Amino acid sequence: MLEFVNFYLIPGLVLGAIYAIAAAGLSLVYGVMRFANFAHGDLMTWGAYAALVAVTGLGISPWAALPVAVAATVPVAWAVDAAFYARLRRAAPAVLLISSFGAALMMRAVVYFVFGPTPWTYARGVTPPLMLGAVRIQQRHLLILAGAALAALALHLLLARTRAGRAMRAMADEPDLARVTGVPVRGVIRLTWAVAAALAAIAGVFLAIDTELTPLLGFHVLLAAFAAAILGGIGRPWGAALGGLVLGLAEELATYPFIAGAPLLEPAYKTGVAFAVLVLALIFRPRGLFGGIG
Amino acid sequence: MSLLEVRGAVGGYGEADILHGADLTVAAGQVVVVIGPNGAGKSTLLKAVAGLVPLRAGRVVFDGSDITNRPAEELVGRGLAYVPQERNVFPSLTVEENLAMGAFVRPSATAAGLERVYALLPDLLPRRRVPAGSLSGGQRQMLAIGRALMLEPRLVMLDEPTAGLSPRFCAMIFGKIREIAASGAAVLMVEQNARPALAVADRGVVLAMGRNRAEDTGAALLANPEIGRLFLGG
Amino acid sequence: MEAAALYVATMLTLAGIYAALAVGLNLQWGLTGLMNFGGLGFVAVGAYTSAILTAGESAQHLGGFGWPWWAAWPLAAAAGALLALPIGAISLRLRADYLAIATLGVAEILRLAVRNEDWLTGGPLGVPGIPRPFEAFGQPWGQLAYLALVAAMVAALFALAQATAHSPFGRTLRAIRDDEEAAKAAGKNPAAFRLQAFVLGAACMGLAGAMLAHFFKFMGPDALDPVTTTFLVWVMLIAGGSGNNFGAVLGAVAVWAVWAATDWLAAQLPGELATRAAYVRLFLIGLALQLILLYRPQGLIGERPPRPPA
Repeated sequence: MLEFVNFYLIPGLVLGAIYAIAAAGLSLVYGVMRFANFAHGDLMTWGAYAALVAVTGLGISPWAALPVAVAATVPVAWAVDAAFYARLRRAAPAVLLISSFGAALMMRAVVYFVFGPTPWTYARGVTPPLMLGAVRIQQRHLLILAGAALAALALHLLLARTRAGRAMRAMADEPDLARVTGVPVRGVIRLTWAVAAALAAIAGVFLAIDTELTPLLGFHVLLAAFAAAILGGIGRPWGAALGGLVLGLAEELATYPFIAGAPLLEPAYKTGVAFAVLVLALIFRPRGLFGGIG
Repeated sequence: MSLLEVRGAVGGYGEADILHGADLTVAAGQVVVVIGPNGAGKSTLLKAVAGLVPLRAGRVVFDGSDITNRPAEELVGRGLAYVPQERNVFPSLTVEENLAMGAFVRPSATAAGLERVYALLPDLLPRRRVPAGSLSGGQRQMLAIGRALMLEPRLVMLDEPTAGLSPRFCAMIFGKIREIAASGAAVLMVEQNARPALAVADRGVVLAMGRNRAEDTGAALLANPEIGRLFLGG
Repeated sequence: MEAAALYVATMLTLAGIYAALAVGLNLQWGLTGLMNFGGLGFVAVGAYTSAILTAGESAQHLGGFGWPWWAAWPLAAAAGALLALPIGAISLRLRADYLAIATLGVAEILRLAVRNEDWLTGGPLGVPGIPRPFEAFGQPWGQLAYLALVAAMVAALFALAQATAHSPFGRTLRAIRDDEEAAKAAGKNPAAFRLQAFVLGAACMGLAGAMLAHFFKFMGPDALDPVTTTFLVWVMLIAGGSGNNFGAVLGAVAVWAVWAATDWLAAQLPGELATRAAYVRLFLIGLALQLILLYRPQGLIGERPPRPPA
């Protein structure tokens, strides 16, 4: 039982929290701009490497480098939008999607160019895990869970309590009607990119803290983020966050030996869980558990 | 002086024009109804005024300033509110959040606006915390109209406000339209439900093939046998 | 002299395989508007199907069964089609971008499977000893003969794609792409038509995978890179002119020429710089795609609507 909590449940929650933050940003962009941003994973990577620069350059901890990661990622999202997406907005959403694929490659190429293909880590030395009774939790896991909860709370307050957040939700619901009510479309789009890029950067840093930095860090969780977003109802950041949590837990628990001492799923196929969830969602609940935008 | 003047409007979606030189005049405080057969360009005319459909030629003047092809988002601040026929509420926002969106450009007016709208449309008050997506068709229409009234607009444009509604709701909506006009706002609406609409209208405009076919007081159009035969279904 | 001939034959063979991929993607995206971001997955099933069927028996992977290539290649195409069928059936009735996401997922899963299912694919060791047709002709004639075979296959696929585009079926696909509601009103079932186009395109990719495997004479997980197997094909099609089969082939040859030439140029640089140059190239290919989308969305030669029947 304790082994289950320590080695499956807690890592599942941590991974789920990271997916939640990543998927919420992806879903937000989908809702407001109506396109699947294939560059979201590479925004995560970008944030993680920006934090690495601060960690190695200033000698600060990756937690303290979070603002640096956010500050370095938001302008990239804005620049890509201004240079490419904004000028393609009148074209079909499919063209935006292809463009985001190109943008992803460009961002990845810069990361490869500067940092090379070999993995990096933030950490020097090992911190002992905390023992809460018999429950063992890594300090970094505790911090990731707390950080993700804070980010989710901030997103919730923004969307539910502020005028700007209401405008974003209105745009996601009915873009033309939002314009008629005077919502400044460009401003909302800029804000959406800022929020999504900030969430991506945070998710990227958290993921890099838990694992290691590679130029494909974010791309490798893009499928999971999409699956979580669709599971939660695309365009609905709350649903996406919940979908992410469910998916992260499912990935870790799928390798637990519930039956006859053998893991339900070979650990090598852990990322396959995201695909399975995606396929199941598309078959049974294409509008997600909470009803995505129409 | 008229509040809204449309002269020689030509335009439509993409390549094909739907409007071929339509004219329209609305005086302050008036109720004007646009009627005509399907595809006549009635809704397109409203959308062109609202800045959602571009005009290739012609002029739209509102309250003395030229608003031709101005972006939709700046019109609400000038006192021009528009209620589309469909997709006219934000389904995932609550009723009260929908109303607050009506005062988006002037948030300080939200509280006063809510008070006025709830007084005019008291049915909305008990549902204020409910997502608009769960309302019935008639309630949605009420909400959409309420949203448009939040900033005390000079002109409210309604696209087929009674489409698909029960007779009880139709009567209620036409009643509310008179109340809105009595409070000083002009109303410009497109209606398939032409007879009851003309009955509450000061003026009626008949549009066909993107051009004006006739224009008169509501009562005169109702009394005109040719109009009745051609456009009011006998 | 012989080295130069071999080099040219190699480049042209790969260009031909890319042309087959681009023609397949054109059936999906150009003609029908379907976004397939999992080209790698369809290439992989085609490549491994043919590899396992034709390689000599080995304990390292399933089979091989020592079949002749001409028996295996149709099955490689069928394997691509078979993979497309469930994916298309699930996602084509939904919004367009779900297909893009689902195909991305297919590609990722297949990459995992190829690496981990040792009994089937040999895992990281891959499937060696795939016979290349006409190898008995010796060098360089064997290579030239293989090039001719690939060219013949591309010509056949091209003819098939042209026939499709100009058939009533192709016109319906275009109609669905351009105005789904109108096509529905005309009594067509868009989902069924889309599925057929998707499966047909995937079969082309499966065959291209087989041609690739037999050219390399080896198939392993490292031969499957999303950038070169999926993304580059998109750049080729969009640069050439989506919707136009000539454009697909022209784009494949032109972009491949640029890709190969920059590869050669980068290789001339000393050590570390050569690796970096590869990343610059990656950046530039992404930028090139953006610039084409912005400034020449119709590509080198745009789609020419077929003349209405007189």
